[in-house]
Amino acid sequence: MTKEYNKYKGRLPSNVLEEVREKTKGMPEGRVNNILKEVCSEYNKARVEPGESVGLVGAESIGEPGTQMTLNTFHFAGVAEMNVTVGLPRIIEILDGRKKIKTPMMEIFLNKPWSNGKDIRHLALSIKETTMKEIMTDLAVNIVESKIELRLDNAAMKDVGVTPGNVTEALGKQLRGVSIKKKDDLIVIKMKSKEGSVGDVSKVKEKIKDVFVRGVKGITQVLPVKRNDEFIIIAAGSNLRDVLPLKEVDETRTITNDVFETAEVLGVEAARQIIINEVNKVIDTQGLNVDLRHIMLVADTMSFSGDVKGITRYGIVSEKASVLARASFETPIKHIVNAALVGEVDNLNSVVENVMLNQPVPVGTGLPGLVTKVK
Amino acid sequence: MTVELYLNGKYVGGVEDPVLFIEQFKSERRKGNISANNNIGYNEKAGKISIESSKGRARRPLIIVKDGIPMLTEKHVKQLEKDEIGWSDLMHQGVIEFLDAGEEENALIAFSEKELRSEHTHLEITPMNMFGLTTSLVPFANHTPTPRVNMGSKNQKQALGFYAANYLVRMDMDVNLLHSPQVPIVKTMMHDIYGDEHHPAGQNLVVAVMSYDGYNMEDAIVINKGSIDRGLGRSTYYRPSITAELRYSGGLVDEISIPDKEVKGYKSEHDYRLLEKDGIIYPEAKISEGDVIIGKTSPPRFLSSLDEYNLAAATRRESSVAVSHGEQGVVDFVLITENEEGNKLVQVRIRDQRIPEIGDKFTSRHGQKGVVGLIVPQSDMPFTASGITPDLIFSPHGIPSRMTISHLIELIGGKVGALAGRNIDGTTFHSEKEMDLRKELLSLGFKDDGVETVYNGRTGECYRAKIFVGNMYYLKLKHMVANKIHARARGPIQLLTRQPTEGRAKEGGLRLGEMEKDTFVAHGASLLLKERFDSDKTLVPVCEQCGLIAIHDAHKNRSYCPICGDNVEITNIEISYAFKLILDEFKSLGIYPKMGLTHKY
Repeated sequence: MTKEYNKYKGRLPSNVLEEVREKTKGMPEGRVNNILKEVCSEYNKARVEPGESVGLVGAESIGEPGTQMTLNTFHFAGVAEMNVTVGLPRIIEILDGRKKIKTPMMEIFLNKPWSNGKDIRHLALSIKETTMKEIMTDLAVNIVESKIELRLDNAAMKDVGVTPGNVTEALGKQLRGVSIKKKDDLIVIKMKSKEGSVGDVSKVKEKIKDVFVRGVKGITQVLPVKRNDEFIIIAAGSNLRDVLPLKEVDETRTITNDVFETAEVLGVEAARQIIINEVNKVIDTQGLNVDLRHIMLVADTMSFSGDVKGITRYGIVSEKASVLARASFETPIKHIVNAALVGEVDNLNSVVENVMLNQPVPVGTGLPGLVTKVK
Repeated sequence: MTVELYLNGKYVGGVEDPVLFIEQFKSERRKGNISANNNIGYNEKAGKISIESSKGRARRPLIIVKDGIPMLTEKHVKQLEKDEIGWSDLMHQGVIEFLDAGEEENALIAFSEKELRSEHTHLEITPMNMFGLTTSLVPFANHTPTPRVNMGSKNQKQALGFYAANYLVRMDMDVNLLHSPQVPIVKTMMHDIYGDEHHPAGQNLVVAVMSYDGYNMEDAIVINKGSIDRGLGRSTYYRPSITAELRYSGGLVDEISIPDKEVKGYKSEHDYRLLEKDGIIYPEAKISEGDVIIGKTSPPRFLSSLDEYNLAAATRRESSVAVSHGEQGVVDFVLITENEEGNKLVQVRIRDQRIPEIGDKFTSRHGQKGVVGLIVPQSDMPFTASGITPDLIFSPHGIPSRMTISHLIELIGGKVGALAGRNIDGTTFHSEKEMDLRKELLSLGFKDDGVETVYNGRTGECYRAKIFVGNMYYLKLKHMVANKIHARARGPIQLLTRQPTEGRAKEGGLRLGEMEKDTFVAHGASLLLKERFDSDKTLVPVCEQCGLIAIHDAHKNRSYCPICGDNVEITNIEISYAFKLILDEFKSLGIYPKMGLTHKY
C-alpha cells in the first residue's frame, strides 16, 4: 500500500496525501489507486495556470470589497473599554507595514492553573503597567525644605497588588539624587544636594508621576475574558518580549497584533502569519469574503525578503526590477535620475512597462512561449 | 473670579462678575442702548467672554423667553396681523433678537411653545427655521429620512421653471424654460413666502406606482406619450454665442463679415449660407452642426515672419463662430452692441425646444429622482376604472429601502387636492394630517389608501392587484441627454501626445482607465489590451548602434542616424507615441535613453 502513496509523493502535497491515506484505510489497492489518480487530476486542475496574473487578481479581490468597508472603530464592552482599529484603516496600516500601529493589542494565553481562572483578575492587573500616578492620591511639594511628600492610595495599591515596599524600591531605583523615607502612608522624598533649585524639585515631581512600579511596560489596559472554556487576557498595548517569559503565560499561543514586534521576537514567518490573520480578521468582521490565498500572496510578498516590508514606495515597490514600473508608481523623477546615474537597464519584463510602450504584456496570451517554440 | 474679555477677538480687559456682566449687556442691548448687532458669548471652561460686532457672522432671529414665558404675546400677533407693527418694532421691544454662533452656545432654545420650561432662554419662531429655503419646499418632510429630504432639496435647485420674466431680453448662459409650469397642489408655507406663483418649477402629474414591463426598474420612470404631446416636461434651451471685434497691436482689427474665399481656414460656401450681408445670421434661421452663426476674420497671427517669405499678401484668418458638434436649434435673438473697450460685440441667442426623451431626468420633491426609461403611447398606458391614464409610472421598488414616506403622502394629498379643488398644506411639522386626508379622499368617492382598480392598456385585462394612483408635483431637471450624449469611433487627436482629445465638446475619446486596463491583464487578454491602447502607435526608426531614434527621409526613401550616419543598421519599431515623447523628454534632461533591440519572438 505505501508503495502506492510513495508514487504520488512530490506530485501531491503531503497533507493532501495524508488525508487520502486516512480516508482510504482498508480499501482495496485498485480502488485506492483510482482515488489517488482522481485526486491528483483534481489537484492539478485547482492549481494556478502559468501566465495567470495572480498579483493583480489578488489586488482586485482585496480592493473591490475594500470599497464597501466601513470606517467604524469597534468597542469592547466591559469594565475596561478598549478601542480597536478595524476596517479599512487597519488594513492600510498592515499593508503599509507601519512600524507603529494605532492600537497594539495582545492576546495572552495562560498555563494551567491560571487558564482555569485562578487569580485571573490579580494576574491581569500584575501584567498591566502601573505607574506612580495611579497609586497615589496626593503629591505635595515643599519648596522651602526642597522635599516632596506623596500619599499612597491603599485601595488602589491593593487592587494591583503593590506593597509600599515595592513603591519605595521602584522610586529608589528610578530617581537619582534623592533620599526616600517612609512614614505610614506618606513617602517623603528629599533632594540630596543642598543647592537644588526650585526647578529641580518640580522636575522630580513630574518624574515621580511616571515612575514605573509594576507590570509589563507598554501594557496600558488588561481585560480577562473567557474564551472556549479557558481564561485569556486581552491587553491593550503590546510587549511580546517581556510577556512571553512570564511563568503564567503560555508562550506557544500568546500573540500580538503588531507585525513588526512579532517579526522581531518570533521571526519573519510568524510575522507573515500575523499579517494573514489580521487582514483576514478585518475582512471577516466586515462580513466580506475574500479567498485566503489572495491575502497569503500579499503576506508572502511583504515578508519574503527576510524582514517585513510594506506595499509603499519605500517598501516592496522600491524593489521592482523595472525603472519604468517604479517611475510609474510614485516619485518618478527620483527613480529616473537614479537609474540614469548608474546606467540601469530595463528589460521590459513586466506589465506596466509594456503598457507604456504599447507592447503585448507578458501574461496570458502574451506568453506564447508557454505552448510553442517562439525563437 | 476674573474672566478675560475679548472684543472681536482682541483682549480688552477683565470682568469680575461674568454672569452679571453678561446679564447687563443683554438687557442693555434689548433696551436698545447697545446696538443689536453685538453678540456676547461666554466660554466658562476657558474663562473667556467674547463680544462680537464684526461683519460676516451668521446670525438668526429667535423669540426671547423670560421665566418660561415667550415675550411674543397674543397682543403682538394681533398687531402684526393688522400690520400695526413690524419686525423692527419687535426687535426694539425686546421680543426678538438675533444670536450668532457664539451666543447660541449659551442659549437653551425651545423647539416649540409646548416644550417651554423655565430654563429656556429662547424660542424658535417656527420649527421650520432649522431648514433652508429649498428644504422647506419639501412637503411632509418630517415623514422622511434626512438624507432623502436633503436630496429632494438639492434636486429642486436643478429643476426647470420660469426663472425670470424678462428672459426675452436677457443673454444668460445655459438657460432652460419650462413651457407650461404649474403651481403645486401640495404646498408648504415656504411656497407662499417665496412667491411660488410667480416662479413655478414643475408640473402636477397623475402618478401610478406600479411596474411597466421592467422599463421603470432601477429608478427609471415610464412617461405617457400623450401627456408629452400635451406639453408635459416640454422646455426650451437657450444658449448665446458671443464674439467681439478685437483690436491687435499694429492697428489691426477683427472684422465681422462673410469671409472671402481666400481667407485661411475657409470652411465652405454651404456653411456660410445663412449669413446676411453684415456677416451675422438672421433671426429664426434653422441651424445645425457646423453652420456659421457669426462670420469673422482675424489678422494673420505672426505678421513679421510672414512678410519676408510669403509671396501673397498676408492672408487673414477665419475665426467665425459656428454651431458646435452635436448641437442644433433656431436663432432666437441677435444683438449688436459694444463691449467695455468700445469694440463691436455680437451676441446671438440660439433656442432649441427640448421634448422629453428617453434619458431625461425627472424627480419628485422627495429625492426620488429617475430617468425616463420608456415613453408609452397613451393607448398602451394602463387606465383606472374611471378612465384616468397616468402621466407617469413610478416603480414601487424605490420606496422600501429609501423610506420616503412623504412621497406617498404627497400622492394622496395631491389626489385629494385635485379632486376637491384646493391646495394641500404639506408644511414640515404643521402639515395636514394623513388621516384627515384619507377621510376626505374616502368622502370624495375613492378608497382611502389611494389604490384603484387598474386595467392593462394593451390587453384590457384588469390587474389583479390594486394600483396606488395619485397626483404629485414632478420636476424636470436640467440634466438632459441631448446635452450629454456622446460617442466616438475616430476623431480629433491632441497635437502633443497624438492621443485622442478629452471631453464631449472636443469630440473626445472615452478613456479606458487604469482599473479597466487591469481587467484585461487579469483575464490575460494581452493582445486585446495592446490593441485598446494603440490609439497613438507610431512607427519609429531606431539606430541599432546608438539606440536612439533615427530619421526617415521619405523624399529619398532612406533612413539615417543623425549621430552615426548612413552606414548603420536602422530598424523600424512600433511603439506608442507617448513613449517616444518621454524618450525625448529624457534627452532634454541629459539622460541617454538607449534602446537595445532584439526580436521578441
